[in-house]
Amino acid sequence: MADEALFLLLHSEMVAGLYRAAEQGDGENGRCTTKLESMGFRVGQGLIERFTKDTARFKDELDIMKFICKDFWTTVFKKQIDNLRTNHQGIYVLQDNKFRLLTQMSAGKQYLEHAPKYLAFTCGLIRGGLSNLGIKSIVTAEVSSMPACKFQVMIQKM
Amino acid sequence: MSRSPGRKQENDKISRELFVLTYGALVAQLCKDYEKDEDVNTCLDRMGYGIGIRLIDDFLARSGVKKCRSYSETADMIAQVAFKMYLGVTPSVICSSAAGNEFSLILDKNPLVDFVEELPAERASLCYCNLLCGVIRGALEMVHLAAEVTFLQDRLKGDAVTEIGITFLRKPEDRKHKR
Repeated sequence: MADEALFLLLHSEMVAGLYRAAEQGDGENGRCTTKLESMGFRVGQGLIERFTKDTARFKDELDIMKFICKDFWTTVFKKQIDNLRTNHQGIYVLQDNKFRLLTQMSAGKQYLEHAPKYLAFTCGLIRGGLSNLGIKSIVTAEVSSMPACKFQVMIQKM
Repeated sequence: MSRSPGRKQENDKISRELFVLTYGALVAQLCKDYEKDEDVNTCLDRMGYGIGIRLIDDFLARSGVKKCRSYSETADMIAQVAFKMYLGVTPSVICSSAAGNEFSLILDKNPLVDFVEELPAERASLCYCNLLCGVIRGALEMVHLAAEVTFLQDRLKGDAVTEIGITFLRKPEDRKHKR
């Protein structure tokens, strides 16, 4: 759908714009990642509300994670998560072998050092979505070879 | 996986909401970073320009339209094809100058402000949708049409409709572009 192109371009511009501003300002790169993550958090909260308006109540944590991997990911990135692993003690690893926001960048190890910038927003998106479903979590991401990436979700017991 | 048509439309709607929500979060973040409204507006315009110069490729590939032969055809193309494709609305076009190079797009429904009730009091001169101006400007520049694009009226600021003004600038006659 045409909207996808718009969102991809907006996301790239956001990342580029924030980092460009940081370079001209006080040069703190760490804060850019935090800003992107908190933006993703807000969007994730709003989006999950719209999305789960009519769905049935979730049975448990695993059910919620499966929802994120299937329906949520399909709506946002037009495909499902390829692999979900868990240790059944609150840690989940979501693996996407062809992450939409990285496919245009490279197919291998080139530009690997820039990849984390493009994952911060999505980490926030997942964290925001889970937060409005009643789950407090910490989400991190790692990339070893583009465009595959892994998102690690650590559930915080409240 | 088979889905009912109703579900697919809902998913498309949510896809568009993703863009709208992301844009809102971006504007909120920029408002936190910059104190002056003009700085935020400039930043949004610059980002829009960056998007526009790339979006034009996507637009031309998807729509397959032929070259426009006049400014008014270009303005119609932007309103009826591009806006419909990306934002799902069709603004109306008015030619506002006798010379035929100034046009206005009147939007009575602006999807970008779906979740915005009103601008905060201290941000009265913020052009919330300034990204759109940059996008149009960037896209036109990539097809060799220089233009100035600004917001003439904005519903968020109390006007009746949202109006975007496009002024096509004459190509400089005295420079020859050899490629």
